[in-house]
Amino acid sequence: MATLTTRRSASRVPAPPAWLTGAGALVALLGLLPIAYLLILAAGSDESAIALALRDRTLGVLARTLVLAATVTTASVLVALPLAWLTTRSDLPGRRWWGVLSVLPLVVPSYVGGYAVVAAFGPRGTLQSLLEPLGITRLPELYGFPGAALALTLFSFPYIVLSVRGALLRLDPAYEEVSRSLGRGPWRTFWTVTIPQLRPAIAAGALLVALYSLADFGAVSLLQFDSFTRAIYVQYRASFDPTLAAVLALMLVTCTGGVLLAESRLRGRARYDRAGAGAARPPATVSLGAWRWLALAFCSVVVGLSVVMPVGTIAFWLIRGVSAGEPLNLVWDATLNSVLASALAAVLAVLASIPVAVLAVRHRNWVGVLIERATYAGFALPGIVIGLAFVFVAARFLPAIYQTLPLLLLAYLVRFAPEAVGVTRASLLQVSPRIEEVARTLGRRPGAVLREVTLPIIRPGLIAGGALVFLTAMKELPTTILLAPTGFDTLAVRIWSATSEGFFARAAAPALLMVIVAAFSLTVVLRRERDR
Amino acid sequence: MVTVYSGRSEELVGPLLEDFTEATGIEVEARYGDTAEMANLILTEGENSPADVFFAQDAGALGAVAQEGLLAPLPEEILGAVEDRFKSPSGEWVGVSGRARVVAYNTETLAEEDMPDSIFGFTDPEWSGRIGWAPTNGSFQSFVTALRIIEGEDRAREWLEGIQANEPNVYDGNSAALEAVASGEIDVAFINHYYLFQRLAEDPDTAAANHFMTDGDPGALVNVAGAGILNTAENDEAARELVAFLLGEEAQTYFATETYEYPLIDGMEADPALPSLGEIGSPELDLSELSDLEGTLELLQEVGIL
Repeated sequence: MATLTTRRSASRVPAPPAWLTGAGALVALLGLLPIAYLLILAAGSDESAIALALRDRTLGVLARTLVLAATVTTASVLVALPLAWLTTRSDLPGRRWWGVLSVLPLVVPSYVGGYAVVAAFGPRGTLQSLLEPLGITRLPELYGFPGAALALTLFSFPYIVLSVRGALLRLDPAYEEVSRSLGRGPWRTFWTVTIPQLRPAIAAGALLVALYSLADFGAVSLLQFDSFTRAIYVQYRASFDPTLAAVLALMLVTCTGGVLLAESRLRGRARYDRAGAGAARPPATVSLGAWRWLALAFCSVVVGLSVVMPVGTIAFWLIRGVSAGEPLNLVWDATLNSVLASALAAVLAVLASIPVAVLAVRHRNWVGVLIERATYAGFALPGIVIGLAFVFVAARFLPAIYQTLPLLLLAYLVRFAPEAVGVTRASLLQVSPRIEEVARTLGRRPGAVLREVTLPIIRPGLIAGGALVFLTAMKELPTTILLAPTGFDTLAVRIWSATSEGFFARAAAPALLMVIVAAFSLTVVLRRERDR
Repeated sequence: MVTVYSGRSEELVGPLLEDFTEATGIEVEARYGDTAEMANLILTEGENSPADVFFAQDAGALGAVAQEGLLAPLPEEILGAVEDRFKSPSGEWVGVSGRARVVAYNTETLAEEDMPDSIFGFTDPEWSGRIGWAPTNGSFQSFVTALRIIEGEDRAREWLEGIQANEPNVYDGNSAALEAVASGEIDVAFINHYYLFQRLAEDPDTAAANHFMTDGDPGALVNVAGAGILNTAENDEAARELVAFLLGEEAQTYFATETYEYPLIDGMEADPALPSLGEIGSPELDLSELSDLEGTLELLQEVGIL
């Protein structure tokens, strides 16, 4: 039975309905818009731009950035897999709370998280002052690669937690039970049965982590790592030269292509749906026994570093500032704007992910594959590139929607659709097409099948994808600054505007509000994850 | 109504723009962001920009926008308010507040008399491992441009290589560099003068102080935050009123007392905690000459700093 789960598809692939392809193509075209903009700019470049791009130093920076992305991705998988399993399948005490806490780091903006890591582990950080009495005068160097890898891992591993949680909750326990009944122990079953079934979910999450590491600017620059994104920003900031920046950004796009290819290879063409008849039961809860203490310690360390540490840093800023007479600045307008824009972006991204995922999973022709891959184009690009691409197009051709909320949401969609696409795709892979075929033979049209059969089944995945987009849209900075309606204040803009001037106390209140809103919405979302 | 793209943060200038509305009845729509981002925004929008006024953190960004022909010449009554060295010679932008380059130092490890008189003093190996800087920061790059113009390419390169040889810590920006000075992570950092005062307002025990260079040393460069009016501005009348307001007494007092910057009009004094512009003896230099950022960027890349 277990081998059936990964058999290759031999069945005939039906042609997708035209409306589905149309909807998917629309999402993909939107995703390719920034690349088109980059190509237009780069077409105007001269030899000096190419020379700059191919300089040893530029290539060296690119290579180091790729190594960073690989390191962060590996570390994130190692942290996220146990967390996802413990919070869905074990009797870990306080499981639901750990579930929320292990996803919460996603909402920490990297320009706040970066400060927290420096404050804790920097040459004069909290850890150093604690170790000082023990005669340790110098910690291992944080700045550069180690710090950047640490910070990026701490604030991006939840991508994998979320996607793997969704998969674990939908996993049919029958295969594991069969494996156990055939004499394999729990560990071997986990490695040979559970993990292979989780492959698409792990790959989807890991892809997001890898691309996030390529595109991040805040954390790497605070931790003094010379990343490729920084090289792109330098072109914008110092020489105001979009052409050079475009050439560099296209190099990043090429690398994204490589990462996407690697992910395709990794997840393979296997199928992951139930082969047998009947419906999956919810999996049994595994009793941890004495292991629970180790599990609790592990969860505490991870949550301590990725949630308590940044929140503690924010609280410290707040207390220090308020005691020095700074006013407590509760920015409700900005909170409302942040929630509104992020929630709409989440809904939009989930809706957009459905045709894309259905095309890629159910119809598997080259159009479907291309469409799915194209939606990822935007995710590895620094936000400023996507923001300016939309400015370029909308200021010229769409003045009616320029600097309006709908345009901002479209940019969010380009930036964050991959988060929803990955999770939706992974969930869909677990649904047997047989169920849909049955609905078809009972006379339902494809649209009705999707609405009444498929979507209800993959609901946990859709919700997880929406949560991802909501959290990351909330902290999004460059596209918000460039495209939001003038005067549309968000929490992210507030926090950044204060920290950039060194007003840490004034950044604290909006930062805390952001974490609270995120925690609240996550508890709601994760509670619904289980309802089927 | 007037639309402002502000490269200065809402924390700093939001209250000032509210004062303007109160004084004139003209509503302000403000878009806040990083100065370079706002400049790139205007450059990308081109002639379709909805902005009336560009309010920038440094002269370099204003110069870049002016160079593309996107700024309109300002009227003489506005330009006349400030010295020539603080505005564009062709009158497309005007400085509204001054910021001096300083060396921030940790007061637990260093005293004022330990500090060199010239920025070149820091190339001495005794400063090895003790320096912080922010080479991606606009103010820093303006300073390097000034260094090239005043001392020549070779001396500028010599300074950069000398500091580089002392293995400086590279910070994301002025705030992060000052934070590191205050914590003792480094002893000195090359930043703008006003960050210290904001830090002191939040934490009066900050263990840092500013060292001002003197006698025309390039390390004593006084740069400006300034404003220009877009030549596509729909509300150009209101835009001129706003720029004039920024150079009026109320706004200049605000800069002196709230943001600890240097007022640029005659008869206004800076905060008593600061040396006067005259005492600093900023090098003789037109800020418009600082628009040659490309050369600076090339130099920084050649030396391996960027």
